[in-house]
Amino acid sequence: MPVAHKSKFDFALPECDGDVLQISELKFSYPDGHQALYGVSLNLCQGDKVALVGPNGAGKSTLMLHLNGILSGQGHVNVGGMELTHENLPIIRAMVGLVFQNPDDQLFSPTVFEDVAFGPLHMGLPEVEVRARVSEALDQVRMSNFRDRLSHHLSMGEKKRIAIATVLSMRPQILVLDEPSAGLDPRARRSLINLLRDLPISMLVSTHDLAMVKELFPRMVIMDEGRIVSDGLTMELLDNEELLEAHGLEKP
Amino acid sequence: MHDNVFDRFHSGESLLHRLDPRVKVVVTVIFIISNVLLPDAAWLAFGLSWLLLLGANMLSGLGIWFSFKRSFVALPFALAAVTAIFSIPGNALWNWQIGLLTLTATDTGVLRFLSILVRSWLSVQMAILLVAVTPFPDLIHAFEHLRVPAILTTIVAFLYRYLFVLTDEVMRLMRARESRSATLPGHKSGGNVFWRARVVGNMTGQLFLRSFERSDRIYNAMLARGYQGQIRTLHAHTMHRADWLYGLVAVVLILSLHVVGHFPLG
Repeated sequence: MPVAHKSKFDFALPECDGDVLQISELKFSYPDGHQALYGVSLNLCQGDKVALVGPNGAGKSTLMLHLNGILSGQGHVNVGGMELTHENLPIIRAMVGLVFQNPDDQLFSPTVFEDVAFGPLHMGLPEVEVRARVSEALDQVRMSNFRDRLSHHLSMGEKKRIAIATVLSMRPQILVLDEPSAGLDPRARRSLINLLRDLPISMLVSTHDLAMVKELFPRMVIMDEGRIVSDGLTMELLDNEELLEAHGLEKP
Repeated sequence: MHDNVFDRFHSGESLLHRLDPRVKVVVTVIFIISNVLLPDAAWLAFGLSWLLLLGANMLSGLGIWFSFKRSFVALPFALAAVTAIFSIPGNALWNWQIGLLTLTATDTGVLRFLSILVRSWLSVQMAILLVAVTPFPDLIHAFEHLRVPAILTTIVAFLYRYLFVLTDEVMRLMRARESRSATLPGHKSGGNVFWRARVVGNMTGQLFLRSFERSDRIYNAMLARGYQGQIRTLHAHTMHRADWLYGLVAVVLILSLHVVGHFPLG
């Protein structure tokens, strides 16, 4: 008979059936035969801010590349109730804002303005709307006075913010960030944490920064060797030192 | 994520794999020069040359048709020789009237063209085989031993080393662009051709800037480790008796091709 442990915390995660994101039994092998995902299932709801943690090579980035169809494995991915298929792909890419770990990959235009405008321009929006969206996105990351700067000459923290703005301008339903706090100095990291807290949007954030997770994300998902090994309250999981140690994590 | 599309080396344990890279490079170069020097329409000699190539394929353990299957990529370049058909004097075969221009194909011209086609096709195959049985660093090493100027071998070595980094970078840039190439229902997406071309232009520019800055960083790292303009290597390769022997056999075979080519029987 299963024993029900009473939680030490009186806070519970809201019930979630995955109205923003539903992943079920996702499997993926790279062309060289290396299997990166062994049946991953995950639900995300409106307003959820979820941390995805785990050692390097656990499959976090691979999972994220599936969310807008850059990679496609076996299994189902549903974004906003829409099945991710080849036909839906262009629409789903507007709903999932994927920010890569290295902002240099993300920023491929000469000026900040052009980079933030890329998504809306590609969607075929009229110029007035594009300009409005760019201003809004830059406002959201508090970088409005950077719009005519060269992306190439920004600092790491500034690049990360601009990279987030480049997807915010597409008005996504979910923000997917790959290690946003990696390589930032304490001040840039702090301002990034504040930014992520203030953004009123669902997000899935892969990171090694457990201190940030503790501060920002009520829910935490631990991945290891291509599987989700734990999914629950951050406070509870961070309290379980055995679990953390088993998956190469350190209690902050 | 490593992109290995440019690596043509096929590992193996064959005789050709074990041969000293210098021998392989020299024999390949001699083979290519020999093909160039064979007279036009020396079909028998070309045939024998091909047999030699097939023999080398067999020795490589990669299968007798290995180089044949991969040789067609280079054929379009040989089409540059198509002008030979019309520019070599000889007996007219047919005429084309293009506007005011008359093109006359001659018999010697056609023979010259076909011979050039065969020569380049054979030469390319041997080169394909060479890079398939010799790891790239060994190849560069061989060039160094053969007194190719260090500046050239260094450039080639760096090109090879950073080609992979560069293609990775291109791949990541394209992936990032793809992630943001979205469509709204009811809107025509993709922008116009000029806008798309500009985006590609910007990406190319970014790539150039980054490569340029990367080269600076690499050079600084080299200086920090005492680089003074010369790449020093440990000379690990030594010629054994077998290397001399096989090299000699190959050269003799190629020379005998020329006896056949230049002094046809009858």
